[in-house]
Amino acid sequence: MATTPMTAWQLLALEPPGWGGALLTGAVTTVAISATAFAIGLVFGLFGAMGKLSGNRPVGLLLKLYTGTIRAVPELILIVGLYYAGTDGLNRLLQSFGMPPVEVNGFVAAVAVLGFVQGAYMTEVLRGAILAIPAGQIEAARAFGMSPFLRFRRVTLPALLPNALPGMANLWMSVTKDSALVAVVGYQELALTTRLAGANTKQYFLFFLAAAILYLAITLLSNLVFHWLERRVRRGQRLTA
Amino acid sequence: MDFDWLSKYWPLLLDGAFQTVALLVISVGFGFILAIGLAFAMVSGGPVTRSLARGYSTVFRGTPLLIQLWLLYYGVGSLLPMVPGLRHSFLWPILREGFFFAALSFTLNYAAYEAEVLRGALLSVPKGELEAGRALGMSRFTLVCRIWLPRAIRTALPTIAGEVVLQLKATPLAFTVTVMDLYAVAFKVRQDTLLVYEPLLVVTLFYVVLTVLITRAFGFIEAQVPIRR
Repeated sequence: MATTPMTAWQLLALEPPGWGGALLTGAVTTVAISATAFAIGLVFGLFGAMGKLSGNRPVGLLLKLYTGTIRAVPELILIVGLYYAGTDGLNRLLQSFGMPPVEVNGFVAAVAVLGFVQGAYMTEVLRGAILAIPAGQIEAARAFGMSPFLRFRRVTLPALLPNALPGMANLWMSVTKDSALVAVVGYQELALTTRLAGANTKQYFLFFLAAAILYLAITLLSNLVFHWLERRVRRGQRLTA
Repeated sequence: MDFDWLSKYWPLLLDGAFQTVALLVISVGFGFILAIGLAFAMVSGGPVTRSLARGYSTVFRGTPLLIQLWLLYYGVGSLLPMVPGLRHSFLWPILREGFFFAALSFTLNYAAYEAEVLRGALLSVPKGELEAGRALGMSRFTLVCRIWLPRAIRTALPTIAGEVVLQLKATPLAFTVTVMDLYAVAFKVRQDTLLVYEPLLVVTLFYVVLTVLITRAFGFIEAQVPIRR
Protein backbone atom coordinates (compact mmCIF):
# COMPACT_ATOMS: atom_id res chain seq x y z
CA MET A 1 0.00 0.00 0.00
CA ALA A 2 2.96 2.31 -0.69
CA THR A 3 1.35 3.66 -3.84
CA THR A 4 0.60 7.35 -3.97
CA PRO A 5 -2.95 8.06 -2.80
CA MET A 6 -5.40 8.66 -5.62
CA THR A 7 -7.30 11.93 -5.76
CA ALA A 8 -11.06 11.99 -5.57
CA TRP A 9 -11.33 12.51 -9.32
CA GLN A 10 -9.04 9.59 -10.04
CA LEU A 11 -11.10 7.39 -7.72
CA LEU A 12 -14.30 8.38 -9.47
CA ALA A 13 -12.81 8.07 -12.97
CA LEU A 14 -14.86 6.03 -15.41
CA GLU A 15 -11.96 3.76 -16.41
CA PRO A 16 -10.97 0.82 -14.16
CA PRO A 17 -8.62 1.99 -11.53
CA GLY A 18 -11.39 4.51 -10.85
CA TRP A 19 -14.81 3.29 -9.75
CA GLY A 20 -17.01 5.82 -11.56
CA GLY A 21 -17.96 3.41 -14.33
CA ALA A 22 -18.85 0.66 -11.88
CA LEU A 23 -20.99 3.08 -9.87
CA LEU A 24 -22.83 4.22 -13.00
CA THR A 25 -23.42 0.60 -14.02
CA GLY A 26 -24.75 -0.02 -10.51
CA ALA A 27 -27.07 2.97 -10.87
CA VAL A 28 -28.37 1.67 -14.21
CA THR A 29 -28.94 -1.75 -12.59
CA THR A 30 -30.82 -0.06 -9.76
CA VAL A 31 -33.09 1.74 -12.22
CA ALA A 32 -33.59 -1.47 -14.20
CA ILE A 33 -34.49 -3.47 -11.08
CA SER A 34 -36.83 -0.74 -9.89
CA ALA A 35 -38.56 -0.28 -13.25
CA THR A 36 -39.12 -4.00 -13.77
CA ALA A 37 -40.32 -4.48 -10.19
CA PHE A 38 -42.62 -1.47 -10.60
CA ALA A 39 -44.10 -2.97 -13.76
CA ILE A 40 -44.64 -6.33 -12.06
CA GLY A 41 -46.17 -4.53 -9.09
CA LEU A 42 -48.52 -2.72 -11.46
CA VAL A 43 -49.78 -6.02 -12.87
CA PHE A 44 -50.19 -7.54 -9.39
CA GLY A 45 -51.87 -4.35 -8.21
CA LEU A 46 -54.30 -4.21 -11.11
CA PHE A 47 -55.44 -7.80 -10.57
CA GLY A 48 -55.43 -7.25 -6.80
CA ALA A 49 -57.60 -4.16 -7.06
CA MET A 50 -60.04 -5.81 -9.44
CA GLY A 51 -60.19 -8.87 -7.20
CA LYS A 52 -60.88 -6.78 -4.13
CA LEU A 53 -63.58 -4.80 -5.91
CA SER A 54 -65.19 -7.87 -7.47
CA GLY A 55 -66.94 -8.69 -4.21
CA ASN A 56 -65.94 -12.35 -4.42
CA ARG A 57 -65.47 -13.39 -0.80
CA PRO A 58 -62.69 -16.04 -0.97
CA VAL A 59 -60.72 -13.90 -3.43
CA GLY A 60 -61.22 -10.88 -1.21
CA LEU A 61 -59.99 -12.73 1.88
CA LEU A 62 -56.95 -14.04 0.05
CA LEU A 63 -56.07 -10.55 -1.18
CA LYS A 64 -56.63 -9.12 2.28
CA LEU A 65 -54.11 -11.63 3.61
CA TYR A 66 -51.67 -10.63 0.85
CA THR A 67 -51.85 -6.86 1.33
CA GLY A 68 -52.13 -7.19 5.12
CA THR A 69 -49.01 -9.29 5.66
CA ILE A 70 -46.88 -7.48 3.10
CA ARG A 71 -47.66 -4.12 4.66
CA ALA A 72 -47.12 -5.31 8.23
CA VAL A 73 -43.74 -7.04 7.81
CA PRO A 74 -40.45 -5.12 7.55
CA GLU A 75 -39.18 -4.84 3.96
CA LEU A 76 -35.80 -6.33 4.77
CA ILE A 77 -37.39 -9.47 6.25
CA LEU A 78 -39.74 -9.79 3.28
CA ILE A 79 -36.92 -9.47 0.81
CA VAL A 80 -34.60 -11.88 2.60
CA GLY A 81 -37.42 -14.32 3.39
CA LEU A 82 -38.98 -14.29 -0.06
CA TYR A 83 -35.56 -14.49 -1.67
CA TYR A 84 -34.76 -17.74 0.09
CA ALA A 85 -38.31 -19.10 0.10
CA GLY A 86 -38.74 -18.27 -3.58
CA THR A 87 -35.55 -19.90 -4.83
CA ASP A 88 -35.96 -22.81 -2.43
CA GLY A 89 -39.58 -23.38 -3.37
CA LEU A 90 -38.82 -23.26 -7.08
CA ASN A 91 -36.07 -25.85 -6.71
CA ARG A 92 -38.28 -28.15 -4.65
CA LEU A 93 -40.97 -27.84 -7.29
CA LEU A 94 -38.46 -28.70 -10.01
CA GLN A 95 -37.16 -31.64 -8.00
CA SER A 96 -40.65 -33.03 -7.49
CA PHE A 97 -40.99 -33.09 -11.28
CA GLY A 98 -37.67 -34.90 -11.47
CA MET A 99 -35.80 -31.93 -12.91
CA PRO A 100 -32.40 -30.71 -11.75
CA PRO A 101 -32.32 -27.67 -9.44
CA VAL A 102 -31.46 -24.34 -11.04
CA GLU A 103 -29.38 -21.44 -9.82
CA VAL A 104 -31.86 -18.58 -9.75
CA ASN A 105 -30.56 -15.46 -11.42
CA GLY A 106 -30.10 -12.68 -8.85
CA PHE A 107 -31.77 -10.09 -11.04
CA VAL A 108 -34.86 -12.24 -11.55
CA ALA A 109 -35.12 -13.04 -7.83
CA ALA A 110 -34.66 -9.41 -6.80
CA VAL A 111 -37.22 -8.17 -9.29
CA ALA A 112 -39.75 -10.87 -8.44
CA VAL A 113 -39.51 -10.19 -4.72
CA LEU A 114 -39.68 -6.40 -5.02
CA GLY A 115 -42.51 -6.67 -7.54
CA PHE A 116 -44.50 -8.94 -5.24
CA VAL A 117 -44.07 -6.43 -2.40
CA GLN A 118 -44.94 -3.48 -4.64
CA GLY A 119 -48.06 -5.29 -5.81
CA ALA A 120 -49.56 -5.21 -2.31
CA TYR A 121 -49.15 -1.45 -2.03
CA MET A 122 -50.24 -0.93 -5.63
CA THR A 123 -53.43 -2.91 -4.98
CA GLU A 124 -54.49 -0.38 -2.36
CA VAL A 125 -53.51 2.64 -4.46
CA LEU A 126 -55.43 1.40 -7.50
CA ARG A 127 -58.42 0.26 -5.45
CA GLY A 128 -58.74 3.74 -3.95
CA ALA A 129 -58.32 5.35 -7.36
CA ILE A 130 -61.01 3.18 -8.95
CA LEU A 131 -63.40 3.84 -6.06
CA ALA A 132 -62.87 7.58 -6.53
CA ILE A 133 -64.21 7.49 -10.10
CA PRO A 134 -67.77 8.88 -10.14
CA ALA A 135 -70.06 5.86 -10.56
CA GLY A 136 -72.06 7.70 -13.23
CA GLN A 137 -69.15 7.71 -15.65
CA ILE A 138 -68.87 3.94 -15.62
CA GLU A 139 -72.65 3.54 -15.74
CA ALA A 140 -72.74 5.82 -18.76
CA ALA A 141 -70.12 3.67 -20.50
CA ARG A 142 -72.18 0.60 -19.70
CA ALA A 143 -75.31 2.30 -20.99
CA PHE A 144 -73.57 3.00 -24.29
CA GLY A 145 -73.02 -0.75 -24.59
CA MET A 146 -69.24 -0.73 -24.25
CA SER A 147 -67.68 -4.14 -23.68
CA PRO A 148 -65.85 -4.55 -20.34
CA PHE A 149 -62.47 -4.25 -22.03
CA LEU A 150 -63.40 -1.15 -24.01
CA ARG A 151 -64.96 0.33 -20.88
CA PHE A 152 -61.72 -0.20 -19.00
CA ARG A 153 -59.56 1.26 -21.75
CA ARG A 154 -61.71 4.28 -22.62
CA VAL A 155 -63.27 5.23 -19.28
CA THR A 156 -61.89 3.52 -16.17
CA LEU A 157 -58.21 3.80 -17.03
CA PRO A 158 -58.12 7.49 -18.02
CA ALA A 159 -60.38 8.34 -15.07
CA LEU A 160 -58.34 6.44 -12.49
CA LEU A 161 -54.92 7.70 -13.59
CA PRO A 162 -55.16 11.22 -12.12
CA ASN A 163 -56.31 9.70 -8.80
CA ALA A 164 -53.66 6.99 -8.76
CA LEU A 165 -50.65 8.89 -10.05
CA PRO A 166 -49.55 10.59 -6.79
CA GLY A 167 -49.68 7.25 -4.97
CA MET A 168 -47.87 5.54 -7.81
CA ALA A 169 -45.17 8.22 -7.75
CA ASN A 170 -44.66 7.53 -4.04
CA LEU A 171 -44.41 3.81 -4.74
CA TRP A 172 -41.85 4.40 -7.47
CA MET A 173 -39.76 6.46 -5.04
CA SER A 174 -40.00 3.73 -2.43
CA VAL A 175 -39.06 0.96 -4.87
CA THR A 176 -35.97 2.83 -6.06
CA LYS A 177 -34.92 3.02 -2.44
CA ASP A 178 -36.04 -0.49 -1.48
CA SER A 179 -33.95 -1.84 -4.34
CA ALA A 180 -30.94 -0.91 -2.20
CA LEU A 181 -32.06 -3.70 0.15
CA VAL A 182 -31.28 -6.43 -2.39
CA ALA A 183 -27.64 -5.51 -1.71
CA VAL A 184 -28.15 -7.35 1.58
CA VAL A 185 -28.89 -10.62 -0.23
CA GLY A 186 -25.83 -10.03 -2.36
CA TYR A 187 -27.08 -8.74 -5.69
CA GLN A 188 -24.74 -6.13 -7.06
CA GLU A 189 -26.58 -2.90 -7.69
CA LEU A 190 -25.61 0.62 -6.72
CA ALA A 191 -25.54 0.11 -2.93
CA LEU A 192 -23.41 -3.03 -3.02
CA THR A 193 -21.07 -1.66 -5.71
CA THR A 194 -20.51 1.34 -3.49
CA ARG A 195 -19.67 -0.85 -0.55
CA LEU A 196 -17.21 -2.84 -2.62
CA ALA A 197 -15.61 0.35 -3.92
CA GLY A 198 -15.32 1.60 -0.36
CA ALA A 199 -13.88 -1.64 0.95
CA ASN A 200 -11.28 -1.76 -1.84
CA THR A 201 -10.03 1.79 -1.52
CA LYS A 202 -10.93 2.61 2.11
CA GLN A 203 -12.53 5.79 0.77
CA TYR A 204 -15.93 4.98 2.24
CA PHE A 205 -17.04 8.56 2.73
CA LEU A 206 -16.34 9.63 -0.86
CA PHE A 207 -18.10 6.67 -2.42
CA PHE A 208 -21.17 6.70 -0.23
CA LEU A 209 -21.52 10.41 -0.88
CA ALA A 210 -21.30 9.71 -4.61
CA ALA A 211 -23.93 6.96 -4.30
CA ALA A 212 -26.23 9.24 -2.31
CA ILE A 213 -25.92 11.86 -5.05
CA LEU A 214 -26.72 9.27 -7.73
CA TYR A 215 -29.83 8.11 -5.84
CA LEU A 216 -30.85 11.72 -5.34
CA ALA A 217 -30.44 12.35 -9.07
CA ILE A 218 -32.69 9.37 -9.80
CA THR A 219 -35.32 10.72 -7.37
CA LEU A 220 -35.23 14.28 -8.68
CA LEU A 221 -35.41 13.14 -12.29
CA SER A 222 -38.35 10.85 -11.51
CA ASN A 223 -40.04 13.79 -9.79
CA LEU A 224 -39.85 15.78 -13.02
CA VAL A 225 -41.23 12.87 -15.05
CA PHE A 226 -44.15 12.34 -12.66
CA HIS A 227 -44.98 16.05 -12.60
CA TRP A 228 -45.10 16.01 -16.37
CA LEU A 229 -47.21 12.84 -16.40
CA GLU A 230 -49.64 14.23 -13.87
CA ARG A 231 -50.07 17.45 -15.86
CA ARG A 232 -50.77 15.29 -18.90
CA VAL A 233 -53.37 13.00 -17.32
CA ARG A 234 -55.06 15.97 -15.68
CA ARG A 235 -55.57 17.84 -18.95
CA GLY A 236 -58.78 19.81 -18.67
CA GLN A 237 -59.05 19.37 -14.89
CA ARG A 238 -58.72 22.17 -12.38
CA LEU A 239 -55.34 22.02 -10.70
CA THR A 240 -56.37 23.80 -7.50
CA ALA A 241 -59.42 23.33 -5.34
CA MET B 1 -41.02 -26.66 11.47
CA ASP B 2 -38.64 -26.92 14.36
CA PHE B 3 -38.84 -24.56 17.30
CA ASP B 4 -36.49 -26.30 19.76
CA TRP B 5 -33.96 -23.50 19.36
CA LEU B 6 -36.39 -21.14 21.10
CA SER B 7 -35.53 -22.57 24.52
CA LYS B 8 -31.87 -21.69 23.98
CA TYR B 9 -32.20 -18.39 22.17
CA TRP B 10 -35.05 -16.64 23.95
CA PRO B 11 -32.76 -14.44 26.09
CA LEU B 12 -31.04 -13.25 22.89
CA LEU B 13 -34.41 -12.63 21.26
CA LEU B 14 -35.46 -10.57 24.24
CA ASP B 15 -32.26 -8.53 24.02
CA GLY B 16 -32.86 -8.09 20.32
CA ALA B 17 -36.41 -6.90 20.90
CA PHE B 18 -35.06 -4.41 23.43
CA GLN B 19 -32.51 -3.08 20.93
CA THR B 20 -35.20 -2.73 18.27
CA VAL B 21 -37.54 -0.88 20.60
CA ALA B 22 -34.67 1.32 21.82
CA LEU B 23 -33.79 2.27 18.24
CA LEU B 24 -37.42 3.02 17.52
CA VAL B 25 -37.99 5.14 20.64
CA ILE B 26 -34.76 7.09 20.23
CA SER B 27 -35.24 7.81 16.54
CA VAL B 28 -38.91 8.71 16.85
CA GLY B 29 -38.35 10.84 19.97
CA PHE B 30 -35.40 12.89 18.78
CA GLY B 31 -36.58 12.82 15.19
CA PHE B 32 -39.88 14.35 16.19
CA ILE B 33 -38.18 17.22 18.01
CA LEU B 34 -35.98 17.86 14.99
CA ALA B 35 -39.03 17.63 12.72
CA ILE B 36 -40.85 20.34 14.67
CA GLY B 37 -37.95 22.71 14.06
CA LEU B 38 -37.76 21.78 10.40
CA ALA B 39 -41.51 22.11 9.86
CA PHE B 40 -41.60 25.58 11.41
CA ALA B 41 -38.58 26.55 9.32
CA MET B 42 -40.48 25.48 6.19
CA VAL B 43 -43.73 27.15 7.15
CA SER B 44 -42.62 30.41 8.73
CA GLY B 45 -38.88 30.69 8.13
CA GLY B 46 -37.10 33.26 6.02
CA PRO B 47 -35.93 32.37 2.52
CA VAL B 48 -32.61 30.95 3.75
CA THR B 49 -33.89 28.74 6.58
CA ARG B 50 -36.78 27.67 4.37
CA SER B 51 -34.58 26.46 1.55
CA LEU B 52 -32.19 24.81 4.02
CA ALA B 53 -35.05 22.85 5.58
CA ARG B 54 -36.44 21.96 2.14
CA GLY B 55 -33.01 20.81 0.99
CA TYR B 56 -32.60 18.67 4.11
CA SER B 57 -35.91 16.97 3.58
CA THR B 58 -35.28 16.42 -0.15
CA VAL B 59 -31.86 14.89 0.43
CA PHE B 60 -32.96 12.57 3.23
CA ARG B 61 -36.15 11.48 1.50
CA GLY B 62 -34.43 11.12 -1.84
CA THR B 63 -31.71 8.68 -0.80
CA PRO B 64 -32.12 5.17 0.63
CA LEU B 65 -31.85 4.84 4.38
CA LEU B 66 -29.35 2.03 3.83
CA ILE B 67 -27.00 4.43 2.03
CA GLN B 68 -27.40 7.06 4.75
CA LEU B 69 -26.65 4.47 7.39
CA TRP B 70 -23.58 3.15 5.57
CA LEU B 71 -22.40 6.71 4.78
CA LEU B 72 -22.47 7.45 8.50
CA TYR B 73 -21.11 4.15 9.76
CA TYR B 74 -18.43 3.38 7.18
CA GLY B 75 -17.87 6.92 5.83
CA VAL B 76 -17.99 9.23 8.81
CA GLY B 77 -16.93 6.34 11.04
CA SER B 78 -13.74 5.95 9.03
CA LEU B 79 -13.02 9.68 9.27
CA LEU B 80 -13.58 9.91 13.03
CA PRO B 81 -10.27 8.33 14.15
CA MET B 82 -8.51 11.18 12.34
CA VAL B 83 -9.98 13.70 14.78
CA PRO B 84 -7.16 14.27 17.28
CA GLY B 85 -7.84 13.14 20.84
CA LEU B 86 -11.23 11.60 20.07
CA ARG B 87 -9.94 8.06 20.37
CA HIS B 88 -9.05 8.57 24.00
CA SER B 89 -12.02 10.70 25.00
CA PHE B 90 -15.01 9.40 26.94
CA LEU B 91 -17.10 9.63 23.75
CA TRP B 92 -15.18 6.93 21.94
CA PRO B 93 -16.95 3.88 23.42
CA ILE B 94 -20.25 5.34 22.13
CA LEU B 95 -18.91 6.49 18.76
CA ARG B 96 -17.38 3.10 18.11
CA GLU B 97 -20.71 1.30 18.27
CA GLY B 98 -22.93 0.55 15.32
CA PHE B 99 -25.88 1.37 17.55
CA PHE B 100 -24.91 5.04 17.74
CA PHE B 101 -24.73 5.37 13.95
CA ALA B 102 -27.96 3.46 13.47
CA ALA B 103 -29.79 5.63 15.98
CA LEU B 104 -28.35 8.80 14.44
CA SER B 105 -29.20 7.95 10.84
CA PHE B 106 -32.69 6.69 11.74
CA THR B 107 -33.31 9.91 13.67
CA LEU B 108 -32.19 12.15 10.80
CA ASN B 109 -34.21 10.10 8.32
CA TYR B 110 -37.36 10.04 10.44
CA ALA B 111 -37.14 13.80 10.99
CA ALA B 112 -37.15 14.43 7.23
CA TYR B 113 -40.36 12.45 6.65
CA GLU B 114 -42.07 13.71 9.79
CA ALA B 115 -41.23 17.33 8.92
CA GLU B 116 -43.26 17.03 5.70
CA VAL B 117 -46.21 15.60 7.63
CA LEU B 118 -46.05 18.38 10.22
CA ARG B 119 -45.62 21.04 7.54
CA GLY B 120 -48.95 20.08 6.02
CA ALA B 121 -50.59 19.91 9.43
CA LEU B 122 -49.25 23.32 10.48
CA LEU B 123 -50.68 24.83 7.30
CA SER B 124 -54.06 23.21 7.96
CA VAL B 125 -54.58 24.92 11.33
CA PRO B 126 -57.35 27.49 10.75
CA LYS B 127 -55.98 31.00 10.42
CA GLY B 128 -58.73 32.36 12.66
CA GLU B 129 -57.49 30.38 15.66
CA LEU B 130 -54.00 31.80 15.27
CA GLU B 131 -55.43 35.30 14.85
CA ALA B 132 -57.54 34.81 17.97
CA GLY B 133 -54.45 33.84 19.93
CA ARG B 134 -52.59 36.87 18.63
CA ALA B 135 -55.54 39.11 19.48
CA LEU B 136 -55.40 37.81 23.05
CA GLY B 137 -51.86 39.13 23.19
CA MET B 138 -50.08 35.77 23.14
CA SER B 139 -46.40 35.94 22.39
CA ARG B 140 -45.22 34.03 19.34
CA PHE B 141 -43.80 31.28 21.57
CA THR B 142 -47.01 30.87 23.60
CA LEU B 143 -49.03 30.83 20.40
CA VAL B 144 -46.94 28.00 19.01
CA CYS B 145 -46.98 25.99 22.25
CA ARG B 146 -50.64 26.41 23.10
CA ILE B 147 -52.43 26.54 19.76
CA TRP B 148 -50.44 26.06 16.59
CA LEU B 149 -48.39 22.98 17.45
CA PRO B 150 -50.99 21.04 19.50
CA ARG B 151 -53.64 21.57 16.83
CA ALA B 152 -51.24 20.49 14.09
CA ILE B 153 -50.09 17.39 15.98
CA ARG B 154 -53.69 16.36 16.59
CA THR B 155 -54.50 16.68 12.89
CA ALA B 156 -51.38 14.76 11.92
CA LEU B 157 -51.81 12.00 14.52
CA PRO B 158 -53.10 9.27 12.18
CA THR B 159 -50.28 9.99 9.73
CA ILE B 160 -47.74 10.02 12.54
CA ALA B 161 -48.94 6.58 13.64
CA GLY B 162 -48.29 5.36 10.12
CA GLU B 163 -44.85 6.94 10.06
CA VAL B 164 -43.90 5.30 13.37
CA VAL B 165 -44.87 1.89 11.99
CA LEU B 166 -42.81 2.58 8.87
CA GLN B 167 -39.90 3.52 11.10
CA LEU B 168 -40.27 0.24 13.00
CA LYS B 169 -40.10 -1.60 9.71
CA ALA B 170 -36.89 0.26 8.83
CA THR B 171 -35.05 -0.73 12.02
CA PRO B 172 -33.85 -4.19 10.81
CA LEU B 173 -31.36 -2.31 8.60
CA ALA B 174 -29.36 -1.71 11.78
CA PHE B 175 -28.23 -5.32 11.56
CA THR B 176 -26.00 -4.38 8.60
CA VAL B 177 -23.90 -2.25 10.96
CA THR B 178 -23.49 -4.95 13.65
CA VAL B 179 -26.40 -3.94 15.91
CA MET B 180 -27.85 -7.05 17.62
CA ASP B 181 -31.47 -6.16 17.03
CA LEU B 182 -34.35 -8.60 16.57
CA TYR B 183 -33.54 -9.28 12.96
CA ALA B 184 -29.86 -9.79 13.71
CA VAL B 185 -30.84 -12.47 16.25
CA ALA B 186 -32.86 -14.27 13.57
CA PHE B 187 -29.81 -14.09 11.35
CA LYS B 188 -27.59 -15.51 14.08
CA VAL B 189 -30.01 -18.36 14.75
CA ARG B 190 -29.92 -19.15 11.06
CA GLN B 191 -26.15 -19.28 11.08
CA ASP B 192 -26.04 -21.45 14.17
CA THR B 193 -28.81 -23.92 13.42
CA LEU B 194 -29.26 -23.68 9.63
CA LEU B 195 -32.98 -23.06 10.14
CA VAL B 196 -34.08 -20.37 7.66
CA TYR B 197 -37.80 -19.88 8.09
CA GLU B 198 -38.52 -20.56 11.76
CA PRO B 199 -36.44 -17.69 13.19
CA LEU B 200 -37.73 -15.31 10.50
CA LEU B 201 -41.27 -16.36 11.36
CA VAL B 202 -40.82 -15.78 15.10
CA VAL B 203 -39.16 -12.41 14.54
CA THR B 204 -41.86 -11.38 12.08
CA LEU B 205 -44.45 -12.20 14.72
CA PHE B 206 -42.64 -9.83 17.10
CA TYR B 207 -42.75 -7.04 14.53
CA VAL B 208 -46.43 -7.61 13.84
CA VAL B 209 -47.21 -7.54 17.57
CA LEU B 210 -45.21 -4.31 17.94
CA THR B 211 -47.11 -2.82 14.99
CA VAL B 212 -50.43 -3.71 16.59
CA LEU B 213 -49.29 -2.21 19.91
CA ILE B 214 -48.23 1.03 18.22
CA THR B 215 -51.50 1.31 16.30
CA ARG B 216 -53.49 0.62 19.49
CA ALA B 217 -51.50 3.20 21.46
CA PHE B 218 -52.11 5.87 18.84
CA GLY B 219 -55.77 4.93 18.65
CA PHE B 220 -55.96 5.41 22.41
CA ILE B 221 -54.29 8.83 22.23
CA GLU B 222 -56.58 9.87 19.39
CA ALA B 223 -59.61 8.89 21.42
CA GLN B 224 -58.50 11.20 24.24
CA VAL B 225 -58.81 14.30 22.08
CA PRO B 226 -61.69 13.84 19.66
CA ILE B 227 -61.33 16.15 16.70
CA ARG B 228 -64.17 18.54 15.94
CA ARG B 229 -64.53 20.46 12.72
